[in-house]
Amino acid sequence: MALETLWFILITVLFIGFFFLEGFDFGVGMLLPFIAKTDTERRVMINTIGPFWDGNEVWFITAGGAIFAAFPHWYATLFSGFYMALFLMLLALIGRGVAFEFRSKVVNATWRKTWDWVIFFGSALPPLLWGVALANFMRGVKIDESMNYVGSFWDLINIYSLFAGVSVVMMFLLHGAIFLSLKTDGVIKERVKHFALKIGAWTTFVTFIFVILSYYETDMFKDSINPGMIPLLAGIALFSVRFLLQRNRFGWAFLMTGLTIVLSTVTVFKSLFPNLMISSLNPEWSLTIYNASSSPYTLKVMTVVALTMVPIVLGYTIWTYWVFRKRVTADSHLDY
Amino acid sequence: MDNLDLARWQFAVTTVYHFLFVPLSIGLVFTIALMQTFYLVKKDEIYKRMVKFWGKLFLLNFAVGVVTGIMQEFQFGMNWSNFSRYVGDVFGGPLAVEALVSFFLESVFIGVWIFGWDKLPKKIHLAAIWLVALGTTISAFWILTANSFMQEPVGYVMRNGRAELVDFFALITTKQLWVTFPHVFFAALSTGSLFIAGVSAYKLLRKQEINVFKPSFQIAIVVGLVASFMVAVVGHSQAQYLVENQPMKLAASEALWETSGDPAAWTAFAFIDSTGHKNTIQIDIPGALSVLAYNKFEGSVPGMLELQEQYEEKYGPGNYIPPVRTTFWSFRIMVGAGVLMILLAMYGTFLTLRNKLLENRWYLRLMPWAIALPFIANSSGWIMREVGRQPWVVFGLQKTSDGVSPTVSTGMVATSFIGFTIVYGILAAVLVFLFIRYIRRGTEDYVNGKYNQEINVNTF
Repeated sequence: MALETLWFILITVLFIGFFFLEGFDFGVGMLLPFIAKTDTERRVMINTIGPFWDGNEVWFITAGGAIFAAFPHWYATLFSGFYMALFLMLLALIGRGVAFEFRSKVVNATWRKTWDWVIFFGSALPPLLWGVALANFMRGVKIDESMNYVGSFWDLINIYSLFAGVSVVMMFLLHGAIFLSLKTDGVIKERVKHFALKIGAWTTFVTFIFVILSYYETDMFKDSINPGMIPLLAGIALFSVRFLLQRNRFGWAFLMTGLTIVLSTVTVFKSLFPNLMISSLNPEWSLTIYNASSSPYTLKVMTVVALTMVPIVLGYTIWTYWVFRKRVTADSHLDY
Repeated sequence: MDNLDLARWQFAVTTVYHFLFVPLSIGLVFTIALMQTFYLVKKDEIYKRMVKFWGKLFLLNFAVGVVTGIMQEFQFGMNWSNFSRYVGDVFGGPLAVEALVSFFLESVFIGVWIFGWDKLPKKIHLAAIWLVALGTTISAFWILTANSFMQEPVGYVMRNGRAELVDFFALITTKQLWVTFPHVFFAALSTGSLFIAGVSAYKLLRKQEINVFKPSFQIAIVVGLVASFMVAVVGHSQAQYLVENQPMKLAASEALWETSGDPAAWTAFAFIDSTGHKNTIQIDIPGALSVLAYNKFEGSVPGMLELQEQYEEKYGPGNYIPPVRTTFWSFRIMVGAGVLMILLAMYGTFLTLRNKLLENRWYLRLMPWAIALPFIANSSGWIMREVGRQPWVVFGLQKTSDGVSPTVSTGMVATSFIGFTIVYGILAAVLVFLFIRYIRRGTEDYVNGKYNQEINVNTF
C-alpha cells in the first residue's frame, strides 16, 4: 500500500477514535443541564466521564499532529482556511477543559451553574463545527491554485453544512445518553433512557435528510445511487438503537451508536479519498493525498512511530475503561 | 499593525502564557511523585497529605496548561500556514510524535491518578503519577526537538520547494537539542520546587500545619538547589554552543556591535542605540565574555556588524540584526533571576540543615515573593531565544515575514488575538483565586473530609 494511503487511513482511524470516544463525553456535557436536576446529579454525570474525557480529546490533538506530519499542506490550508471556525472550537475546548476542573471547587450555586454552561457550550460547539467542516470537505470549498482557502467563514455556513452539524450534535447526544445509561443508575438512568428514545428518532430523521442532501450537494453518489455496504450498515445500526433501548439492551445500544459513528466516519473519508479538500473553483486545485503529503522518508519514519505507538495507546486506554468500569452514583466518591 | 505583527504578537502572548503553566506542571509533578514515593516507602500519612495538597494545586495548573496547549498545536496552521508548508515535512513529525507518545500518556494517566485513589493498588497508583511525569518530560523533549530545528536546521535537504527530512536521527541527536532540553527540564524542576518552597514559607510564617509544610519545604529546597544549579551549568554550555552556531544571537545578547578584542570584555550594562548601531554608555568587565564563550581568558567574539556583512554575502541584502535591546535585557533578566534563585535555595538549604528555618522570619517572608523569579527567568529565557533568532523563523531557511498565512486577514487575527487574550485573562484570574483559596485552607479540610468538591450545592 502506498504510504499516502496508509496515512489517510491512519488519520481516519484517529478521527474514528475521536468521534467515538469524545462523542459520548460531548454528549454527556450537552445533556448536563437537562438530565440532572440537582447538583449531586450533575456531579454524578460529570464524574462518569471524569477519568476519560482528557484522554478522549487527545485523539483530536493527535489527528491534528498527524495531519501536520503526513499532509502539511492539508494542515496549512485547513486551519488557515477554516480560521474562525477553528478559533471558536478552540475557545470551546479551552473553556470546557478547565470547567471540569474548576466547577466543583467552590461551594456556590452561581459559580457551579456558570461552569456548567461553559461545559454545555464547550460540548455543543465542537460537534456542530465538525459537522460543518466535514460537510464542506465533501462539498468543496474555494481553494485557489496555490492551495489557499480564499472564501470566508460565512461561505462555510449553508443548509447542507448546518444539517451535517446538527446531525453530528444529535448523534453525540444519543451516544452520550446511552453511555450514561451504562454508567449511572436509578433516576438518571431512567431519564436518559426516556431522552434517548425521544432523540433517537429525531437523530435518525435528521441524518436521513442529510444523506439525501448529500446526493445533491456532493459527488458521493456520482458513480451509482447504491451507497454500498458501509453506510447501509450505519443506517441499520442507527435504526436498531430504538428497539434495543426498548428492550433495555443498553450495552448493545451503545455498541450500535458507536458503530453508526464509526461507519459514518468511514463513509465520509472513503467518499473523500483520494481528495483531502475539494476545490469548488477548479477540481485541479483540490488537495489530494498525493499533492499535499510529506516526503516518502517522513511518512516512513512516522509510520514506524505510529504502528508502534497506536497499539500501546489503545492498550492502556482500554485498561483505564476497565479500571473505571463501575457505575457512578450519588454514593460514589465524586472527584470532580 | 498588519497581520504579520498581530500574528507575531499572538504567538508571543499565547506561548509565553502557555509556558507559565508548563514548567510549573512539570516541576510539581516530579516533586509530587517523589512525595508519593516517600508515602509508600515510609508509610507515613503526612506524605499523603502533602501529595493531596500539592496535587490539588498541580491539577488546577495542569488543566490550564493543557487547554492553552491545544491552541499551540493549531496556531502554526492558523497564522503560519506558509511556515507549515515550507518546513512541515520536518517540523510536523515531532509534533505528531509528541501527541502520540506523551499527550496520550499524560492525559490518560492523569485521569487514572485523580480517580484511582483507593480504587487501585498503591503501587499502580504511584506508577500513574510517575507516568504523568514521564509524559510531561517526553512532551518537552519533542517540542524542543521541533524548536531546535528552527534554531539550527539539521537532517533536511531543500527539495520540491521546501525543506524535506532526510535524517530523523540527526533531528533528535543534534547538540542544539541536547543543550536545550536539560536546560528547560531543570528550569521546570526549579520552578516547581520554588513554588512549593514559597507557598510552604507562607504557611510556616503563619505557623500553620508545620508538620506538613516543613517537610514540603525541605524536599522542595533540595530539589530546587540541585535543579537551579544545573540550569546554570547547562545554560553555560548553551552560551558556548551559541558562539559556534548562532553567533548573531550571542552578539545581540551582549550588545556587541563591533567584534570584541581578545580577551573579550563582558558588558554588564548598556544604553543601546539600535539605529546608530552603538552603545552610548556601557559598563564592561574585562575578559569575562571570553570565559562565557570559551571557558578561558582568551579568544574574541564576533560582533553584529561583522556578522551582518557575512550574512548579507550569504543570504542577500537585508537586516540580519535581531532586536538588540530585547535580546540583551531578556538575557540579563534571566541570568539575574536564576542567580537569585540559586542563592535563595542555598540559603534555604543551609537553614534547613541548621534547623533554623522557622526562626528566620525575614527569609520566610521573602520566599513567597521569590515564586515570581522562575517565571520571570523562564519567560525572558524564551524571549531571548526566539527574539534573538529574528529575522528568521527557521534560521537561514525562512524569514518570519515569509512564514505568515497569506489569506488570513488582519481582522481575523485581531479577533482571535483579542478572544484568546480575554479568555486567557479570565483563566489566570480564576486560577489565582483558586490557588489562594486552597493555599489558605491548607490540608486540614482534606483531613476532615471537607474539601470543596466534596460538598454539594442544594440550591438548583
